[in-house]
Amino acid sequence: MQPEGGFGLYLHWPFCQSKCPYCDFNSHVSAHIDQDRWQRAYLSEIRRYGEITRGRHLDTVFFGGGTPSLMNPDLVHAILEEIRLTWPLSNSFEVTLEANPGSVEAGRFAGYRDAGVNRISMGIQALNDPDLKRLGRLHSVAEALAAYDTARNLFDRVSFDLIYARQDQRIEDWRRELNQALDMAIDHLSLYQLTIEDGTAFGDRHARGGLRGLPPDDDAAAMYFVTQELCEAAGMGGYEISNYARDMAESRHNLIYWRGGDYIGIGPGAHGRLTDASGRHATETALAPLTWLIQVETTGTGTASTEVITPADQAVEYLMMSLRLREGSSRSRFEALNGAGLPEGALAWLQDDGFLTVTKDRIAATDQGRPVLNAILRELLA
Amino acid sequence: MTELDHIRNFSIVAHIDHGKSTLADRLIQSTNTVAERDMKEQLLDSMDIERERGITIKANTVRIDYTAQNGEAYVLNLIDTPGHVDFAYEVSRSMQAVEGSLLVVDASQGVEAQTLANVYQAIDADHEIVPVLNKIDLPAAEPERVCEQIEDVIGIDASDAVMISAKTGLGIADVLEAIVQRLPAPKTGDRDAPLKAMLVDSKYDQYLGVICIVRIIDGTLKKGDRIRMMKTGGTYDVDDVGVYRPAMTTVAALGPGEIGFLNASIKQVRDTRVGDTITHEKRQCTQALPGFKPSQPVVFCGLFPVDSAEFEDLRDAIEKLALNDASFSYEMETSAALGFGFRCGFLGLLHLEVIRDRIEREYDIELITTAPSVIYHIYMRDGTMTELHNPADMPDMAIVDHVEEPRIKATILVPDEYLGDVLKLCQDRRGIQEDLTYAGTRAMVVYDLPLNEVVFDFYDRLKSVTKGYASFDYQMIGYREDYLVKMQVLVNDEPVDALSMMVHRDRAEMRGRAMVEKLKELIPRHMFKIPIQAAIGGRVIARETLSAMRKDVTAKCYGGDASRKRKLLDKQKAGKKKMRQFGKVEIPQSAFISALKMDS
Repeated sequence: MQPEGGFGLYLHWPFCQSKCPYCDFNSHVSAHIDQDRWQRAYLSEIRRYGEITRGRHLDTVFFGGGTPSLMNPDLVHAILEEIRLTWPLSNSFEVTLEANPGSVEAGRFAGYRDAGVNRISMGIQALNDPDLKRLGRLHSVAEALAAYDTARNLFDRVSFDLIYARQDQRIEDWRRELNQALDMAIDHLSLYQLTIEDGTAFGDRHARGGLRGLPPDDDAAAMYFVTQELCEAAGMGGYEISNYARDMAESRHNLIYWRGGDYIGIGPGAHGRLTDASGRHATETALAPLTWLIQVETTGTGTASTEVITPADQAVEYLMMSLRLREGSSRSRFEALNGAGLPEGALAWLQDDGFLTVTKDRIAATDQGRPVLNAILRELLA
Repeated sequence: MTELDHIRNFSIVAHIDHGKSTLADRLIQSTNTVAERDMKEQLLDSMDIERERGITIKANTVRIDYTAQNGEAYVLNLIDTPGHVDFAYEVSRSMQAVEGSLLVVDASQGVEAQTLANVYQAIDADHEIVPVLNKIDLPAAEPERVCEQIEDVIGIDASDAVMISAKTGLGIADVLEAIVQRLPAPKTGDRDAPLKAMLVDSKYDQYLGVICIVRIIDGTLKKGDRIRMMKTGGTYDVDDVGVYRPAMTTVAALGPGEIGFLNASIKQVRDTRVGDTITHEKRQCTQALPGFKPSQPVVFCGLFPVDSAEFEDLRDAIEKLALNDASFSYEMETSAALGFGFRCGFLGLLHLEVIRDRIEREYDIELITTAPSVIYHIYMRDGTMTELHNPADMPDMAIVDHVEEPRIKATILVPDEYLGDVLKLCQDRRGIQEDLTYAGTRAMVVYDLPLNEVVFDFYDRLKSVTKGYASFDYQMIGYREDYLVKMQVLVNDEPVDALSMMVHRDRAEMRGRAMVEKLKELIPRHMFKIPIQAAIGGRVIARETLSAMRKDVTAKCYGGDASRKRKLLDKQKAGKKKMRQFGKVEIPQSAFISALKMDS
């Protein structure tokens, strides 16, 4: 059964050279990593999922982290080889690897390409050195640009991330930086507003009254609109809240999340969503790298918990994820899951006030609606 | 039964914290009325809230057996009365049942406004009054100065005031002796005459039903008697008669001059009328006692359950509380804003708070309390008058001729240094100064004030501008016409009925401005800008605009974030219960009461 929205595989590499102060992802710094041992665990998990999802075509693979560009190309090769043996691959099979733009990593890019990676997503984050330091990044702008050039020469598809609405960043500063980024960009950018997450170094500093100079919400909103405008003008419209691409250059893997498709999650802390005849399941794995590793080795499964998602919760999840996309959500799909349609009153005024476009079967957030998507969701769901 | 001349019936008049309850405890203790092991603080205050707030709400009575220095045995009946202004009328009724009062004054604090109000009631009831100076062991005690003050301000002789420390027990024996020697015995009483007894108070006991506190004037009352309440006409068989020591103790009979209880399977307090005359069904007394008028609620507010599903629980709680409190009125109310609830009437703000606290605490129902309001008299063009309990019901001004509002006479005692602030406060609240005198370093000001300016936060403001040194009491003096209008609040062009209030036209702009500014802080930003307006009729008198929320979106949301974000939405769903919906706008419940507090 091929579910709606596609079928992908996410593989989590939990290690980084250092931890960035804004990052709330499951990442760890470790001096010695036995990559062979990790390889055995990953392959075993791939085989296990192959059994469960036999007959499906795999659309995408995403190596996320952590810093997957710390993986040996051999390891990536072995993983992709196992995947090729396990599932039939779709024609437009996409393999993305998140890469740190350091010189050491760039040296491995050719190896990744030879292993089958066809898309690089690079965490450049800022285009000036003082800000990179503040963000706790180890690379310099020059290094990042060099790594980016290397990637561009090796891969057709290279995306990079920037973080904006940073400390002391004015709207004009961001406009300049974004123009520079658009000049470099091939066909895809991820542009994230800096979010202060609890449990991060930035979160602690912010709670203590530190981290001054963050732009107020109104300025951050203005920066968002500047971003929409400049990317649109450069032919890379926003197809998701924080993602911009030329037509057909969208991240197919991430689209699976946003379109409510199925995905396998392998590695520490990886989440999955799998639909079968018995319903839709959320899978989770142990968060700590060693715990996950030992669990796979001793029990033969990395899955720590599986939870059935009720159709009503699926409806909520579907709307929450799909409204992030410019293309929006299918009302009939929501209604089929939820058992009831969206509240007409809220739909009407959200449309009248220009936050949503509503057609017979689709709703989508407008340019004005996307920056306040959480509030729209509260209106529609809470 | 005791001979009349060996009975002394008395009450204690005191300002809160001046030691009334402690003195009562000592009198009970020193006469061995209660075994040492059963002794606890504030024996007479039975409810948690009474104990906690140090106030008495219902009248309590205790019988003390005392052998005087002359060797003779006396029966002393103490009626402990509520001390707070809200219950002034209850105090005046209890005073009718006794012949004397102890006036307890803190020897360092001196006479307070509340002392005054209550002592005047004792004087009105023709009481003999024995001044008692408490806390004379404190270093700050100034007995001579306070005695002088009692003579100056109250006008009674304080030369032989009894000096005590209720805390240490010093002087308690002198108090007991003074009760016997200086307070009068009941004046009349004929044991053989037909029964004539005064119903002093009644309260509900969940096991026994209604308990009546009675004072016998003539005749005797015993178990098995068939009695008649002369006003209400109810007849009952007496199941039990007795006295409080302070535990309920059955006695064979109650005779003239005595105070005790009777229990006659009466179902609810509402079936009895305080002040009624109790007589025998068979052999009735010819002339009933004058009786009292029932106390009338003066402050009204809406009580709504925070969770609308708890409406039935609230009804149940209110009905149960009303069983024991005939002065508390309620009727169902529907608010567009708040759903189903009750419009409740109270004797005053303390009464309101006590009832609200009891509902929240004893029945575990979270409440939204709307702005307290008073009863306005609305005179229509056609000559009729209606009472307005809820500003939301104010008729169109086009058919209204004029509006009258209740006024009070407020007495405030305040140290000199805060006088200016107090005068300003009273002036700001549309007060008319009637009197300003000095007693030592303390000023006594009397103001004629509109009750509606007092009900909400006057007392809080008074405490804050005088750092707690002022004391305050009031009595209703009647209705007077003024230029009163209904001020409406519109949020996003929708009227919010729960925020409507009656205001004086001259102060409407100021109140309106304060209100919309407050609401601007209290209402969270929405996706659109929200005009917040105060209006009189169709005219907007104050306006603020809450700007639209510009940004509320999660920057990163991928496969690993779905579960967490979904759970966050569920949490927000729960949080939404704490909000009330007005068209597209959600207003937090807390805003309804906070918006009305004035900072000036």
